[in-house]
Formats: sequence, C-alpha cells, structure tokens
Amino acid sequence: MSDLRKMIIDGAEIEVDPALTILQACEQAGIEVPRFCYHERLSIAGNCRMCLVEVVGGPPKPAASCAMQVRDLRGGPDGEPPEVKTKSPMVKKAREGVMEFLLINHPLDCPICDQGGECDLQDQAMAYGVDFSRFREEKRSAIDPDLGPLVATKMTRCISCTRCVRFTTEVAGVSEMGQTGRGEDSEITSYLGQMLTSELQGNVIDLCPVGALTSKPYAFTARPWELSHTESIDVMDALCSNIRVDTRGRDVMRFLPRNHDGVNEEWLSDKSRFVWDGLRRQRLDRPYVRKGGKLTPVGWNEAFAAIASAANGKKIAGIAGDLAPVEAMFALKQLVEGLGGAVECRTDGAKLPAGNRSGYAGTARIEDLDEAEKVLLIGTNPRIEAPVLNARIRKAWLRGAQIALVGEAADLTYDYHHAGDTTAALTKMIDEGVTDEEKGKPSVVVIGQGALIGDDGTANLAGAMRMCEVLGAKLLVLHTAASRVGAMDIGFTNDSALGVMNDADVIWNLGADEIEIGAGAFVIYQGSHGDRGAHRADVILPGAAWTEENGLFVNTEGRPQRANRAGFAPGEARDNWAIIRAASAHLGQTLPYDNLLALRKALFEAVPHLASIDSVPENEWQQVQGGQGGEQPMRSPVEDHYLTNPITRASEVMAELSKLAHERALPIAAE
Amino acid sequence: MLRRLHKNQPDSFAFTEANLAWAEKQIAKYPEGRAASAIIPLLWRAQEQEGWLSRPAIETVCEMLGLANIRGMEVATFYFMFQLHPVGDIAHIQVCGTTSCMICGAEDLMAVCKQKIAANAHERSPDGKLSWEEVECLGACSNAPMAQIGKDYYEDLTAESFAQIIDELYAGKVPVPGSRNGRFASEPKSGLTSLTEHGENRQAANMSVTLATEKGDSIARITEG
Repeated sequence: MSDLRKMIIDGAEIEVDPALTILQACEQAGIEVPRFCYHERLSIAGNCRMCLVEVVGGPPKPAASCAMQVRDLRGGPDGEPPEVKTKSPMVKKAREGVMEFLLINHPLDCPICDQGGECDLQDQAMAYGVDFSRFREEKRSAIDPDLGPLVATKMTRCISCTRCVRFTTEVAGVSEMGQTGRGEDSEITSYLGQMLTSELQGNVIDLCPVGALTSKPYAFTARPWELSHTESIDVMDALCSNIRVDTRGRDVMRFLPRNHDGVNEEWLSDKSRFVWDGLRRQRLDRPYVRKGGKLTPVGWNEAFAAIASAANGKKIAGIAGDLAPVEAMFALKQLVEGLGGAVECRTDGAKLPAGNRSGYAGTARIEDLDEAEKVLLIGTNPRIEAPVLNARIRKAWLRGAQIALVGEAADLTYDYHHAGDTTAALTKMIDEGVTDEEKGKPSVVVIGQGALIGDDGTANLAGAMRMCEVLGAKLLVLHTAASRVGAMDIGFTNDSALGVMNDADVIWNLGADEIEIGAGAFVIYQGSHGDRGAHRADVILPGAAWTEENGLFVNTEGRPQRANRAGFAPGEARDNWAIIRAASAHLGQTLPYDNLLALRKALFEAVPHLASIDSVPENEWQQVQGGQGGEQPMRSPVEDHYLTNPITRASEVMAELSKLAHERALPIAAE
Repeated sequence: MLRRLHKNQPDSFAFTEANLAWAEKQIAKYPEGRAASAIIPLLWRAQEQEGWLSRPAIETVCEMLGLANIRGMEVATFYFMFQLHPVGDIAHIQVCGTTSCMICGAEDLMAVCKQKIAANAHERSPDGKLSWEEVECLGACSNAPMAQIGKDYYEDLTAESFAQIIDELYAGKVPVPGSRNGRFASEPKSGLTSLTEHGENRQAANMSVTLATEKGDSIARITEG
C-alpha cells in the first residue's frame, strides 16, 4: 500500500490513500457528494457530471470527483496539501446546472412513477437542483424496449448513467445491454430489443437511479412509504443472501437486497428477488387429515390425535427439506429421536460426512474468493445453484484468477479450463500436483452437490479434500438448500441416510418436497405450500413460510444468520417449531421448551457455534476417506434454476422465467 | 438523427478473401486480448465492401473480435460515417454543409443533389446508382464548398461543376478529384503570394489527386491498404 496523502476537503485536513478518487476521499471525510453514474461496485463512467467539485489550483472549472484520483491533485505553491471544495459557490452553481441539464428531458411524471419516493433524481433535485427550467423545446421521446417479465422500462426517464449497462456487462457477465446512438438520440437498450437472459437482471432495478428501469411484478402495487421493512435473509439458495422484506399489512410486497460484503455484496438473484408472489399461492392454511383416501380439513387437535394414534408405538422417521429453519429441525430431531426414531436431512442423497464440519461446510469463506488466484469447481454449476456466488467467482476471474471445472461444462459467464467430469479427472489433477510457487498462492476448491450425490460422492469429496491439500487451498462446499448446513450442524442425520424411510411406519416430513416417499408409511407433511409433499401426506400440518417466523439458517460457508418474521402466516398455519412442540405433547414426549428463546437456549447449548450469529467458525480439517470412484459423470442436481422448491413452484413469475429459459435452451427456436 | 438498422436486412455477410486477410492484419496490430480495438477498421472495411453496414455485417465483425453484438451496435450507431441504410451502388456523396461551405454555396450543391439524385438525403436515386447526405465539416474549409465521394475530396465546387461530376458518375466514369476552379491545393485563387518558387516545378496535380488518378478506383474505396 502506498503512503497516505494529505489533502484538504472543505477546510478540514485528512489523510487518504492516493489511489482513491476525490469522491471516495470525500466519503471518508464524511462529506456527501451527489452522484448518479458512480457506483462503488461498478467501473467508473464519469458521465452524469453530478459529482462535480472545485479543485483549488486546478483548471478553473469544476472536476468530476468520481473520475479524478487524489494522487493527481496538485498541492499549493508553498507545499500546502491539495485542496478540494464541495460547498463553494462554483460547486453549487455547477450542480444546479448539471441538474437542470439532467431534467430537461426527464418527464415530470413522478406521481405515476414507481420510483417515486425512493428516487435518487427526485431526492437530489430537491437537495441540489433549482426550481425552474429554461428548456422550452420539446422533450425527447423514447422507445421502451421489452426487457422481459422482470424489468419494466420507461426510457423517457433515463438519464443515461449507464449503470445498467455496466452491471450486465461486468457483474452479470452477459453483454446484453448497451447505449446506442449519440447525443440526444442515444438510448439505453438491449441488442435489437431482445429480452434480458441474466439471472441477476433484477439488480438493474436497484441500480437505476431514476424510474427508467422498475420492477414489473411489483409495478404500481405499493409506495415505499407505506411499506414496513424487516431485515431478514433469503433461503432460495444456500448462499442465504441478506435481504430486506417489504410488507404491507400481511402481504410481502417485495424483496430487496441488503449489503453484506461477506455474503452477497449488494446483489440478489432474480429467483430470490421475485419469488414473493409464491408466498401468496398454494398456501396450506389449515390442517388436513386423509379420511377415506381424501384429504379433509380438520382442526389442530384432530390432526394431532390422528398423528398420535398412527404413531403410537410405531417406528418413526423425520425428514427435513430445503427450507426448514434450524429451530424446527432441532425440535423435530429431539421429538423423533426421543420416540426411538431416526432423522435425515440429506434428501438429495449427497454424501455429506456427518460430524465433519470441514467436509460438509468446508473451510473457506465466500470472501476468500476475492483473494483466490485459483478456483477449482467440482461438480457444480454455480450459475444456476447460486447466481450471486457465480458473480463473485466471475469477479475473481476478472481480477485474473484461473478457474478450472471438473463437471458438466456450461456457460458460467467466464472462461475456465474444463478438466473432465468424473472422479478420474479429479484424481488426474491431484496426481499432476502443483509447483511450490502455486501452492503458496491463495486458492479455493468449490465442491457442489453434483459431485456429492450418487455412488461416487464420498470418493469425490475425498478427492476434493486431497486436492485442497495438494493446492494448499480452502474448501467451499456449495449447497443447493438453505437448510442443509444447519441440519448437518445439529446432526439431523443417521447412518443409513435416506434408507431410514424404508423401515419406518411413520414419516414426519418437514417440508421435503423433492423426494419420493413410497407407499405404506403414514406420512405427516409439515410445510407451507401444497406441493408434492402434501399430495403424498396422510396428515398435513400447515407451517409458516420463512418470512413468517423467526428462524436460523446456516449458509453454505457455515455462517449462521437470522431470518426475521415480516408478517404472519395465513389461516391457522403456525410457526414450525411450535407445531412440533404442540405435537410432542400429544405423542407423550413433551419437548422441554415453551417459547423460541428457550428452544434457542437448548439449541445453543447443544451446538454452541450457532449462537455466534453472522460469523463463520473455523473448522478443524478432517480428511474424508473415499474409494477410487467410478465413471459416473458429475451433474448438477438443479435441473430448473427457477423451480427448485415449493415456493418457487407456486410463483407465477418463476413459472414464466422457467418457460422463457426453456425456450431459449431449445435448439434454434422458430424464427 | 435517430440511427437504426435498415428494415430490410440481407441474410448473411462474409468478407471477401482479400478483405479477410486485411482484417486479420488489422487485428494483429493489437495485443492479444485487445482485439476489440480493431472494431472501427473492420466495420469500415465491411462498409467499403458492401457500401453500408447490415446487421449480419456488424455481427460478423463482432464475432471476429470476440465481442457481444451490442458492442458493435454501439459503435456503428455512434459514428455517422457508418451507413446503416443502403447507399447508391456507384457512390454515396457527402456534401459538407458546415459554415464555410454553407456560406460559399453548399445549399446550391444540395439543391443539385435533390434534383439529380433524390429528394431526401439517404435516399437512393431511382436507378439505385447514387445517394447523398449532408455531413458536418470535413476540414477543407479553404476549398469550400466541397463534397466527399468515397475517400476523395471534390473541392471549390459550383452547382454546374458538381452537376457535371454527378453526370460523370451516372455514366460510370470516375471524376478526377481535387479543385474545380484551377487551384493546385488551397493556395489563394489569384496565385501564390509566398514560397513562389514552389509554384514552378510542381506536378500537374497535387499528391492526393495524383494518387487517386493513378489508382483509378477512388469512388468505392474508403480504407487504406
């Protein structure tokens, strides 16, 4: 790091890294500089001119502070530090002028604009603009391209900041948007008006500082000031991105990302952002009991009585699905094991090693990707399993990291070396070894569930861990389910894995919809949506969805995070842990907690690291022993990115996205 | 001016063998991984080959350079020198309409274009041979008014001499470029006032005119090499 440089901003002297821009230096000094095109996670464009400041001693004109580095500033003639003014009359006049220019073509349609109330242009026009315009000519008209089912366009409002263009090109890795034409006729558009295909495109809605790109599913449904905000986390993929849930009354109106440098930076995948309409459809809002082959609505007591009579003295098994919070799984485990049964969470058959946290959660943090010079992907397609993580790997690639893949070849938005798709390819890499120089460099091995399911799972995991030792790399296990690491943490497993279902008479299914349950067993389905699991159920217990209860989720790197209640579950649906607690009394195995705090206390006593919310514990390295492995190719278990769980399957937006993705995948669609 | 792709697009585009070799030479000028820098020369050559830039041409160039199609569109729509609509088969005439030329009679030249080629700029003549447009300053102000055809300048024009050039083009001839009022280059019309010794042993025409006459293909050619 180079030495700090002294400079004066608005009369106050500060020391900053000379590589920073003036705008960043001002931020360090706590001075706000208005901006539209500048975004800290995108490249610098310098085209909105809103961030003009006065550089004393420089050319006699304002300078764009986002595009000028501190090291380029010249000090005074007697060795004084360089001086920048952000509140001088010149700056005030410059900002007013820029704002007047930005507004000449901007329509005055704030009352009918979805961005109203959370619009950068609105706010900054109030703060830095003037109350008049000298523009008497006709305003520009523009064609609104159809960018697909997610992003609504109103291009007359566009101020050509090009944030969307830079995001799609740099972060999402698909060059689909651009600025064509020039001058007054320049327009932000996609190539020939085609729809966007990125699975991160929703972020351009957040990035757009005006109302040119807004959310289509959310359009005209709510105003920002009538929404209540709840900080929570997302469970659509195992990354557990930090989100803000905006609700009006009981309805979730939208999800927005929250910044968390260690997890999702400030991005959110489309699946996580637009899934909220799935929370309103197909909901289970009362208990059901199968009577004479038909599911019949009943009261809670009758449902519990049905369970008690069916489970009395029988062999019971507990299965946990992809969206279950840790508390509910912990309660279910205590209940089932107390009744002499066994539990299992590895519903996809992944060979995750029970009790070996370095093997099921890995040793790497997501942030380690930022420093990695080598990334090896094994049996995973991060683009469909965790798009935001994929953007992070792409960032590493842009920085110069080498990426290699063992597994199914796919378009990941970056170049990689494809080494094969079987255990043998991995073994070959291990045997080739690396030089000592390479071993010293930071690197990450990412193993996906595609490598862990199937007969070669253990061999692949053992290979990945050996590869880590060869490379000196850290291991990141990329899960596909938000609940999995938490379930593994509390030991929601048994030795025969899913085989536990075969000899069980009663199966308590906690939201696992992706498994086949054979005929014979008495199935209790506890979940939020009437999906596959509910169809096979003999008793349905309606549970809250993840936005409707407080719950813990441990993400793919092993970071426990809290999801908070943003609204209440519909009808008679209840918190998942509370249902299990209530049922335990009917089964003669009353669990020793009456509220969530007591449950969490018991949970933290059993698994202490879950108590340190938002920190990633260090895991002791325990090598897994595996065989040679067969010839089975590794395939990502995620077949349809947009339809991976009951909530997405209930969402109309996800159905539309899935349909479009399938149409694009067809070889040469009809022209 | 709103610039869009033409509504009728050809099915495909391919560089001729010679142009492909030329294009590869251009790409090789830039370091590895920086092929994108060659986009303007390649688009320019594609326009020279076809007369205008079609969607397949832009896409072909982008593919050669490993660029997304939208990047090619951005460049092609930004620069007015790229023709996005079909131009005349023989030539596309660019009449300068900026201050010096306008004062010296560019509007008369455009009247000739309207009468002899097409009523509106960017339209082809009825037989499809010629088209015209008004362009911004071409930097030959001392020889105003002027027009550019292909890569060559026709200077010191009058309505009559310009009409004659157009007639020659229609007849399939290649008009000699350069000044139309007897000037060698941009010296005073009344003759040299300084460096007069250079006025004696000079060639019949200036270098750019000589080159054009020697090569004889001045109308379609717009790139070097």
